[in-house]
Amino acid sequence: MEESLWVAILIAAMRTATPLILAALGELIVEKAGCVNLGVEGMMLVGAVTGFAVGLTTGNFALAFVVAAVAGAVLSMVYAALVLIFQVNQYAAGLSLTILGGGVSAFWGQPWQGQNMTGLQPTVIPGLSDLPVIGTVFSRTDIVTWAALAACVAVALVLTRTRAGLILRAVGENHDSAHALGYSVRGVRTLAIAFGGAMAGMGGAYLSCVMTPLWIEGMTAGRGWIAVALVVFATWKPARVVLGAWLFGAVSVMQIHGQAMGLAVSSHILAMLPYLVTILVLVLISRDATRIRLAAPGSLGKPFKPA
Amino acid sequence: MLPRLVLRLQPSALALYGAPVIALIFTLAFGYVLFASIGRDPLAALHAYFIAPVNSTFGLSELLLTALPLALIGLGLAVGFRANIWNIGAEGQLLLGAIGGGSVALALWGEGVPGTFILVCLTGAITGMAWAAIPAFLRIRFNANEILTSLMLIYVADQLLGYLVHGPLKNPQGFGFPESRLFSAEAQMPLLWDGTRLHVGWLLLPVAAVGIWLFLSHTLAGFRMRVGGDAEPAAAYAGFSRPGMIWLSFLLTGGLAGLVGAMEVAGPVGQLLPTISPGYGFAAIIVAFLGRLTPLGVVLAAHLLALILIGGENVQMLGVPSSVAQLFQGVLLVALLASDVLVRFRVVWSTPARRAA
Repeated sequence: MEESLWVAILIAAMRTATPLILAALGELIVEKAGCVNLGVEGMMLVGAVTGFAVGLTTGNFALAFVVAAVAGAVLSMVYAALVLIFQVNQYAAGLSLTILGGGVSAFWGQPWQGQNMTGLQPTVIPGLSDLPVIGTVFSRTDIVTWAALAACVAVALVLTRTRAGLILRAVGENHDSAHALGYSVRGVRTLAIAFGGAMAGMGGAYLSCVMTPLWIEGMTAGRGWIAVALVVFATWKPARVVLGAWLFGAVSVMQIHGQAMGLAVSSHILAMLPYLVTILVLVLISRDATRIRLAAPGSLGKPFKPA
Repeated sequence: MLPRLVLRLQPSALALYGAPVIALIFTLAFGYVLFASIGRDPLAALHAYFIAPVNSTFGLSELLLTALPLALIGLGLAVGFRANIWNIGAEGQLLLGAIGGGSVALALWGEGVPGTFILVCLTGAITGMAWAAIPAFLRIRFNANEILTSLMLIYVADQLLGYLVHGPLKNPQGFGFPESRLFSAEAQMPLLWDGTRLHVGWLLLPVAAVGIWLFLSHTLAGFRMRVGGDAEPAAAYAGFSRPGMIWLSFLLTGGLAGLVGAMEVAGPVGQLLPTISPGYGFAAIIVAFLGRLTPLGVVLAAHLLALILIGGENVQMLGVPSSVAQLFQGVLLVALLASDVLVRFRVVWSTPARRAA
């Protein structure tokens, strides 16, 4: 097989992984603070539609990503209110967010349904792009792909090397102790949830502004759920989120490049692969119940109500 | 004066049954504001949404027809949710039921076997169960989160249906359209009410509702499910088998969802298409919660959700996107979950005690 095909596959895998990395990093922070937000899919959809709308009308993709982040964060506040104020079960609250986000994006996105645009183009860096292989990769990937990797480093550093990260982890490990120490559990969780919403929103915007620059109802097709699964797969470690996302990216790309690689299989069957792989890795990683329990934040999923 | 939540000694029954009413009123108020904000006469739009569709006997029959899948799946989900077991993949189990049932209908196409539709329904229930058995098995054997696995299987089922109607089950005389043959008459659900689309499958609704009610309130297994959800440590101490509960709730919901899928393709749809469900499996989650996880409540809630689905189609005539139905579902569920705070808590208005400096 010629080299260019492998490079093409690598680039496609990296691009496919980007929305997953963004959304999963956000969810990782939320879960590190002790909350499972199953509404990632809904927040991604809202980010996708707002990002698309702004990108199409202004052509300014930086603005599109900012607006998408704000939209995701605003929607995530519904989850925050349900869980932190109304004492709703976290699973139920997250599910309601996914249904609400699907509804909001479908209704509000109706005028743009099925439209497409010229998406965000790769950034050409003079000199660098002329290098073999690496140059090709650089010249055919966009800035967000690299920003997502930078975000992973940033999240890892904040979690392990800063006071803010320590407080966040304390709140997630044992919210009663953190509360007793005088930290605002609700405050920390609200910020974490907003961050998760913003990241999911940008993940959605990446889909509608870069990867497939168009808007279709429900276009995330389960990627929000895969992002939630990635956090478990990564055992709550940022670097492993990236590895996991690349694995999914590589599998998803089989769909596009399957024919070129000589796979005579229906595209529908190939489209099943990312979901089947998600199930497979969940099974492999969850098999060791003790390991998952030790890796998961101690207060994950438990309700918190100060006296 | 700030509101503060104080835990009730006993859950409030008034709040438990009042919460769906509050949520409905909130959703209607939201609808009023929404329609007004997009420049429609709000009362006319709400009338077109919630009253006009059921203002005729045909409309009523359509309501019953749409409520049937929601109620059957919702009944199954209510049992699982009681035990804190989260099967979110009913939509996929429905699709497998459609595939299984539809395959039987197509295999016996033109054979003229009387009562084929019964076989279609049975096969659908079994394939739905088999699909639901996957996340149950993975949970019990490998500790894999059932929410994520059952959800992933929806997308797999969707692609499987897509593959079949584009390939092996495509109508050979269908000019290449991705759809199967129309099922022969004996494979289609006999009609219950002439001049409508309501079929005999509807008779299963009272049977299932009463059956689930008896199961939950009059059997030991039902009692175990309730304890398993209300107090898992107590259930474990009493030796109630958690795997048993997981199997039961998944197989029950999977069977009902599969049956629904088969009845949809053998009923109103009449063939296999790439899309056969307007999200019944997801709406049924709202039905289960709104119906307070009780059989009677689920049946009532199913008719409300059916009205929301049908009304969404109806307001398209006013130039309102039909996706407003999905929006209403989300708002209704969020409002319901928020209102539920009153079941376990009292709101006390008090001035916060001044902190010592």
